[in-house]
Amino acid sequence: MKVVVCVKQIPDPADPGALDPETRTLKRDVKLILDESDSYGVEMALQLVDAAGGGEVTLVSMAPNGERSGLSTALAMGAESATLVSDPALVGSDALTTAKILAAAIAGQGADLVIAGSESSDGYTGTVPEQIAAVLDMPSVTAAKAIEVDGSTVKVQRQTDAGYDEVECPMPALVSVTAGVVEPRYPSFKGIMAAKSKPFEEKSIADLGMSADQVGWAGANQEITDVTDAPTREAGDVFEDDGEAHLKIVAFLENLKVI
Amino acid sequence: MTEASSPFYTDEHQAFREVVRQFTEKEITPNVHQWDLDGELPLELYRKAAALELFGDGIEAEYGGHGQRDAILRMAMMEELSMAGSGGVIASLLANYIGLSPVSKFGSHEIKSRVITPCMAGEAISALAITEPSGGSDVANLRTTAKRDGDHFVINGEKTFITSGMRAHFITVAARTGGPGPAGLSLIVVDGDNPGLSRTKLDKMGWLSSDTATLYFSDCRVPVENLLGEEGAGFSMIVNNFNPERIDMAAQSLAFSRVCFNEALAYARERETFKKRLVEHQVIRHKLVEMDRKINAGKAWCELLAWRLNQGDDPVAEIAELKVAATTTFEFCAREAAQILGGASYLRGDTVERLYREVRVQAIGGGSEEIMRDLASRQLGF
Repeated sequence: MKVVVCVKQIPDPADPGALDPETRTLKRDVKLILDESDSYGVEMALQLVDAAGGGEVTLVSMAPNGERSGLSTALAMGAESATLVSDPALVGSDALTTAKILAAAIAGQGADLVIAGSESSDGYTGTVPEQIAAVLDMPSVTAAKAIEVDGSTVKVQRQTDAGYDEVECPMPALVSVTAGVVEPRYPSFKGIMAAKSKPFEEKSIADLGMSADQVGWAGANQEITDVTDAPTREAGDVFEDDGEAHLKIVAFLENLKVI
Repeated sequence: MTEASSPFYTDEHQAFREVVRQFTEKEITPNVHQWDLDGELPLELYRKAAALELFGDGIEAEYGGHGQRDAILRMAMMEELSMAGSGGVIASLLANYIGLSPVSKFGSHEIKSRVITPCMAGEAISALAITEPSGGSDVANLRTTAKRDGDHFVINGEKTFITSGMRAHFITVAARTGGPGPAGLSLIVVDGDNPGLSRTKLDKMGWLSSDTATLYFSDCRVPVENLLGEEGAGFSMIVNNFNPERIDMAAQSLAFSRVCFNEALAYARERETFKKRLVEHQVIRHKLVEMDRKINAGKAWCELLAWRLNQGDDPVAEIAELKVAATTTFEFCAREAAQILGGASYLRGDTVERLYREVRVQAIGGGSEEIMRDLASRQLGF
């Protein structure tokens, strides 16, 4: 079984830098790391291949500057190979362009399953996985909390507010994975050392049959017109205990659907 | 200069450092105080650490180790584990390094397979037993005996201050198989379930999460196959084991100093006295700079000596001097951080309070400051 995992390399959330005042996008001229939300997809893929008794997990990613440290982390976790689409023209690509590029990198790899995180931790559009599936004309299942492969069918427990749905579809298919549903393994020492020599292919947009006017700012159909600071956190509610405070707290929590 | 541009660190060193940092932040730091209260680490932590291959430096790949020795990698690992602010966690979790090193270098294939492999998997714990109630640093005059009786050694004596001694499945024991002096010593592996072995737990000032024991060997019969290397070669094995342990403790001490500095700086930026933040008082800023200055000097020296070890050099005197520099820096930083934190540093559960207590063991264990100075002076021909 061959599983392709889409991964994104993002600025370290612990040191995220700043927005570019002109483009209103996140500056990416710092060291990039593997998006934590994608580490769940990598772990899920590695577990599926283990459960299948063999196979291959391969990675696809795109970055404007050839950065590969985040991909190295995923290779050190156990992925077999990686393809990075890297081209200066990619700066400013919107979600649909990103999906087209990743789909072009995935096409022809013979994937039985494509796995992606539900959304990246920097852009948060949450639309790229389904757009990739549409471009590749394959079924897509979102918000997976568990995945099982049964012959040529993928069975997915799909997270909902009430619990989960059990859905299945024929493979090849794309499944987006909810963050936190598995425990991503730490890369081991030998995994880190082995990652150095694993197949790593870097492709330009020309290698994918695309041109500069189709990608980046030139090809974007979206524009960030304004950026507003998040509202400052408001003070919490205080319930004075007049003997009835516990009821107010219960009502408050019920309103939040916490209990 | 960032670590990324340092001549000492490769991309792989940085990648492993980052993994150990994440492991420390997630698996260790939130639990340090509870483990102090428990008096031991959960066994599950050993299995989790084994998955990262934290125990494998200097151990053959055949038995689950890294298949290489890399003092820079090991130093980076020590530094990151130390950022949890608990020497007890490191002492207990990494006791394998001092216990297994002689087994790896001098043991037979059979004993390596039986002892090292389960320790590398986090399924077993090893310990090193050198120090006796009558003394520790005077290795040549150890009193525990191992008399040959057919195809067994019969061990009698006591060992004390043994890290992980209460729980170790395998204990590498220094015992006298011959006459007096260094030529009479051998190293023998004793299984934890040997009926001739009994143990008593020791309560300590610090390293509370590390179980420490006195071990009693009473007609403890051990197969001769458990002898490491040649009979009578134990002294040099013990001495050779000290260098990595000492640079480990130096790296830890400097990292603990950095933790003290970080805690003090964060508090000084937050706390206000006399209508100014603490950090705005010159006397406090000078304390912080003195801490930072000493830590940076020690770290630079530590990196250089680790690099020299990787080049095949054996700078015994300088490692001894480094350990003194590191532990005196740690003592200084723990004190200054406590002064800056004031009463907050006197509360159980506070990181500086824990490290203040742990200064002493860092300054004594692995060779006291006095022994280190003496060793260095003899090595340098003074």
